[in-house]
Amino acid sequence: MRNITAHAASAAAHPAGADVAVEVRGVCKMYSEVEALRSIDLDFPAGKLTTLLGPSGCGKTTLLKIIAGLIPATSGEIRVNGKTVTGPGPERAFVFQDFALMPWATVMRNVAFGLELKGMGKDERQSIAARYINEVGLAGFENKYPHELSGGMRQRVGLARAFAVNADVLLLDEPFSAVDEQNRRKFQEDLLRLVALEKKTFIFVTHSIEEAVYCSDRIVILSRRPGRIAQIIEPEIDRSASPDAIRRDQGYLDTVEEIWQGLKRYVD
Amino acid sequence: MTLFGYRVPMMASLLVWCVIWELVGQSGAMFLIPPLSDVLVAAVALVQTGTWQAAAVTTLNSFLIGMFFAILVGIILGVLMGRFQAVDNLLGIWVNIFVSAPLSALVPVLMILFGMGETTVVVTVFLFAVWIIVLDTRAGIQGVPNSLIEMGRSYGASPLALYGKIILLAALPEILAGIRLGVVRGVKGVVIGQLLVSILGYGELFELYSRNFDMENFWALTIILFAAAMGLSALIENIEKRVDYYAGVR
Repeated sequence: MRNITAHAASAAAHPAGADVAVEVRGVCKMYSEVEALRSIDLDFPAGKLTTLLGPSGCGKTTLLKIIAGLIPATSGEIRVNGKTVTGPGPERAFVFQDFALMPWATVMRNVAFGLELKGMGKDERQSIAARYINEVGLAGFENKYPHELSGGMRQRVGLARAFAVNADVLLLDEPFSAVDEQNRRKFQEDLLRLVALEKKTFIFVTHSIEEAVYCSDRIVILSRRPGRIAQIIEPEIDRSASPDAIRRDQGYLDTVEEIWQGLKRYVD
Repeated sequence: MTLFGYRVPMMASLLVWCVIWELVGQSGAMFLIPPLSDVLVAAVALVQTGTWQAAAVTTLNSFLIGMFFAILVGIILGVLMGRFQAVDNLLGIWVNIFVSAPLSALVPVLMILFGMGETTVVVTVFLFAVWIIVLDTRAGIQGVPNSLIEMGRSYGASPLALYGKIILLAALPEILAGIRLGVVRGVKGVVIGQLLVSILGYGELFELYSRNFDMENFWALTIILFAAAMGLSALIENIEKRVDYYAGVR
């Protein structure tokens, strides 16, 4: 575990040498009178999974949606692959907390929907969608409707839809919070496999400390409102070990404990 | 429903009332109520007359044109009110007034504006049907989950695709419910319009039969109309059931 304290945050927020996929520069967000985010400066290294972690109401989902271009920042800017962005773009794909699947469309059409919106032909987009349906482990469910699937399976559809558009950056907004505990564990393991396979940049929002430590290359802890960067931690856990071994690893447990000690003061 | 342990078929209550009607009619207690059997015989004869067929075509024509515009305008207004707060503030009060107002009172005014012809009837149908469609569409649009709209935006949907592929489909159950209620009100509108203009279609026939105390034909006409209205409503309800599978998911 590498713990980069708040004093050294500015150095850590801009990792030298590594490729940077997403840069957040001086982002502030005001909701009328309420200050949700205060001058956030953050770099997200390419090909890594970075987690935004913090107490509820710290603005982590707001920050993710600003990066997605779904809500505008009050000030500051977002650069993706060096280019400033002001709205949603094809280089970013979003995975929603409540899945955001179209209930009237089959798994196949939902997964291919991003490609459909791009105007890709039916055969082409379906063959791409079929590949990702297979990759997230939903082969055989192509013609099912969302209400016929469990919560975990629905979020797999959401994930496949994000993969199918071949974006460089995947933004995941508490993707497992509406999934039951056992499915969540399995899903986290699958996600790690997909992160290694797809070589994309993942930005992940969660309020689960265990989930953050288990999945992330880098954890950004935000303080309570107004959201500021409180701490950046790199768990440095050997992911070649089996999932069960990781969950019993001393480094993993220590990191979870350390984050909890840091966050405890924010809990009512 | 079960009665003494037996399952009673759904239309059984209707049969009970039919029997009561027949008995009251046969007793001759009220000349306004002829026996149901006579009414049914009259109905069979009535639908074969040229007069009824012409009246039915006129009525159906006014009804369909009025409903077409009611559905079109109703959905457009409902979507605008559901999506834009300013439009909602501007129109909300009027829609709520008109949805509960006794619109029959307006028909004489419409006659001055649109003449003693079919146009008045079409406008009456429109005014009876449109408001409930606006309100239900608005409710449906407001119920579309925000994340579905964000999903469309983040995957690059054009405004047209956002409405055509996501928002309207997501609000479809409520829109259909609005259309079903609108159809029922539209049937009222077409009859009231024609009655007040009283020289057209079904309204003309109603006038003719009731003025001559031709109660068999009067009731036959009423039953046909009720059956048509219920049939239309049931048809839309059937479509509603088919899209129900996703209303439950939200």
